[in-house]
Amino acid sequence: MNNIIDLAWLVPLFPLAGFLLNGLFRNSLSRPLTGIIGSGAVLASFVVSVLLFLEVKKGNTGVAHLFNFIEVDKLTIPFAFLVDQLSSLFLLIITGVGFLIHVYSAAYMKEEEPPHFARYFSYLNLFVFSMLLLVMGSNYIVLFIGWEGVGLCSYLLIGYWFKNTEYNNAAKKAFIMNRIGDLGFLIAIFWMIAKLGTVTFSTPDSGGVLDKVGDLTAVDITGITLLLFVGATGKSAQIPLYTWLPDAMAGPTPVSALIHAATMVTAGIYMVARSNILYTSSAITQTVVAGIGLATAILAATIALKQNDIKKVLAYSTVSQLGYMFLGLGVGAYTGAVFHVMTHAFFKALLFLGAGSVIHAMHHEQDIRKMGGLKRYLPITHITFLVGCIAIAGIPPFSGFFSKDEILAAAYLRNPLYYVLGAAGALLTAFYMFRLYATTFLGSFRGTEEQKHHLHESPSLMTIPLIVLAVLSVIGGWVGIPEVLMHGAHSLGDFLAPVFAASAEKMEAHSISHSTEYLLMGVTVIGAAIAIFVATARYRRNPELGEPTGFGKILANKWYVDEFYQWLIVRPVNWLAKVLNSFVEKEFIDWLVNGVGKLVNYSSRQVRLLQSGQVGSYVLLMVLSILVFLVLQFFIKK
Amino acid sequence: MKIEYYIVLSIALFCIGIVGVLARRNAIIIFMCIELMLNAVNLLLVAFSKMHHAAKGAEVATAGVDGQLFVFFIMVVAAAEVSVGLAIIVMMYRNVHSVDVNFLNRLKH
Repeated sequence: MNNIIDLAWLVPLFPLAGFLLNGLFRNSLSRPLTGIIGSGAVLASFVVSVLLFLEVKKGNTGVAHLFNFIEVDKLTIPFAFLVDQLSSLFLLIITGVGFLIHVYSAAYMKEEEPPHFARYFSYLNLFVFSMLLLVMGSNYIVLFIGWEGVGLCSYLLIGYWFKNTEYNNAAKKAFIMNRIGDLGFLIAIFWMIAKLGTVTFSTPDSGGVLDKVGDLTAVDITGITLLLFVGATGKSAQIPLYTWLPDAMAGPTPVSALIHAATMVTAGIYMVARSNILYTSSAITQTVVAGIGLATAILAATIALKQNDIKKVLAYSTVSQLGYMFLGLGVGAYTGAVFHVMTHAFFKALLFLGAGSVIHAMHHEQDIRKMGGLKRYLPITHITFLVGCIAIAGIPPFSGFFSKDEILAAAYLRNPLYYVLGAAGALLTAFYMFRLYATTFLGSFRGTEEQKHHLHESPSLMTIPLIVLAVLSVIGGWVGIPEVLMHGAHSLGDFLAPVFAASAEKMEAHSISHSTEYLLMGVTVIGAAIAIFVATARYRRNPELGEPTGFGKILANKWYVDEFYQWLIVRPVNWLAKVLNSFVEKEFIDWLVNGVGKLVNYSSRQVRLLQSGQVGSYVLLMVLSILVFLVLQFFIKK
Repeated sequence: MKIEYYIVLSIALFCIGIVGVLARRNAIIIFMCIELMLNAVNLLLVAFSKMHHAAKGAEVATAGVDGQLFVFFIMVVAAAEVSVGLAIIVMMYRNVHSVDVNFLNRLKH
C-alpha cells in the first residue's frame, strides 16, 4: 500500500473541520473569513483528490482502513475508505464543482447576516463531507451514513430561510421523500447481511458483496437490487419519488446548483454504478431501472416545457437528465451513466449558477416572463448560460453530446424503442432549454423600470466560477469521444473499465455498426438543432406571457402529480390522523389514562382511613395480618 | 417434663401479652406486655433447645446450643429496648402529662 491512499481520510476531514469551525464560531467570524474557511476546506480536499486521482491513474487502487465500526458475532463492518477509479472520479467532481460553488456562494449570499452566512457555509461543508463519505465508503454502511448525511444537509439547506413556512414545507417534503427511499436501501442492506454476512463491496480475498454474487439466488439479487433502486429513486429524484426535487428550489440558488444538480442527486447513480455487477445479474431490475429512467426523463421534460420559474425549469431538466443516467444504468452503459454524471455536473452547475446570477441581477425575481433582453446587461452570464444550454441540448462538440450519445447508443442496442423515446426526450430538452434561454436573454426587457435601472453584471467572484464551468462544459466531453469518431479516444471508458470489468464480462458484447451509429448521432443532433432553432425563433419575439390553456395547462400544473399524491396519500393519512385523534385518542386512550388516575385517587382515599392515629388499631391490624399469613401458610403448605 | 407443658405455658404468656398490648392504653402496661411476649418466646426457645439436646446430645455435644444463644441475644436486645422505651415514656409524660398512647395521634395529620 502506498502513502497517498492511506491519507485518503484527509479528503473528508477538511470539510468536516470547516463545518465545525464555521458552525461553532458563527457568531464571531466575519463574512470574508467564513468564506475563506468554507471554500478553503473544499479546495484542500480538491488538492488531495487530485493527488489521489493521479495515483489511481497510475493503476494503484486501495482501501484506507481507519477502524472497525461495528463488530457483532461474525459480522465486521470496517470504517474504511475505498479509493478506486469510480470513487476518485466522483471525488474530483464533488470537490471541484463544490469548490467553485463555494466561491460563488461567498458573493451570492453576501447580504445575509454574518451568523447566518456562517451557518450556510457550515451546512455546505457538512454536505460536502457527507457526500465524500458516501462515495469513499468501502461498504454499504459507510455509504449509507453519507447517504443520510446528504439527505439531512439537503433538508437544512432547503429550509435555510426558515422563516418562510412554504420553504420549510419544501424541506420537509424533501426529507420525507428521501426517507421513504432510505427505507428500501436499509432493507436491502439487511438482506445482504442476512444472506452474505457482509456489506463490504469487495475484498482482496473475494469476500465482499460484489464478489459473492454467485452465492445469491435470482430472487435475492432481484430483491436487493430493486430495494437499492427504491433508495436511488428517492435520492436521485425518479418516479415515483421525484416531486421533492422541484420543490427543493426553495433553497438558495448555489445550493440548488451544488446539491440538487451536481452532486447529491447523483448519489443514486453512484450507488447503482458501484453495485453494477448486482444489477447486471438481474434482467428484471435492469428493465425496471431503464423503464423508470426513461419515463422520468420524458415526464420531467414535458413538465419543463411549460414552467415559468427559471429555477423550476432547470429543476425539471435535472430530473430529466437523471432519468437519462438511469436509462444508461438500466441498459448496462455504466460508463455512459457516470460520464453523463460528470458532464451534467459541469453544465447543470453552470446553468444554475447562471440562473443565480440572473436572479441576483433581477433582485430575486425568478419569473422568466418578467425578464427578457438580459443579453445586453449581463454579457458574461449570457455567454456562459448559452454554453450550458448548448451543452445540455447535445450539440457537438460540447460535453453533453458525448455522454448523451453514449447512453442513447447503448439504449439502441438493448431495444430500439428506448432509443426512440430517449431521442424524443432529447429533443424536448433542447426545446425547453432554448425556450428558457430565448425568453430570458433575448427579446426586450419586460420588468419594471426600477429593475431595469438596477440591472448589472455580477461581481467577479460569481463570474469566474461561471467561466470555469463554461470551459469545462465545452471540453468536459472530450475525455469520452466515441470510438467511431476517433479511435482510442475514450479515455474515461478505459479509466473506468476495471470497475465495470465484471459486468462487461457478463454482458454479451454487442457492437453497433458504424453507419448505424452515425445515423443515430445524426438524428439526435439534427433534431436538437431544429428544436433549438424553432424554440429560439418562436420565443425571442413572442414569449408566452399569458396563462397556458388546454394541454399546456396540464403540463404547467406538472401533470397534477402533486395533487394526485395529495389525494392518494396525504389526504387519507390526514383523515386517519383525524380519526385517531378525535375517536381513539379521546374515547379510548384518554379514558384509560384518566381511569388509572381516578382509580389511584379513589383507592388512596379509602386506604387513608386506615391511618387513624390510634396505636391500638395499628397493632390490631398487625396481629390480624400475621394471623392471616399464618393461616394462609398453613393451607398452602398442605 | 413433657414439652407440651412448656408450649402451652408460652402460648398462654404470648396471648396475654397480645391482648394486653391491644386492650390497654397505658404505655407502661403495653411495654410490660411486650416484654411478656419476648419472654414467652425465650421460654419456648430454651425448652426446645433442651429437648433437642436430650435427643441429639449423645452424638453432637453442641446440639441445641444455638437456641440458648438466641435467648441471650433477645435478652440483650430487650434490655437495650427497655432503656430506650422507658426514656420515650418519660419524655412523653413530661410533655403531655399522661402515658396514654391514644394521645399520640398527631402523625395522623
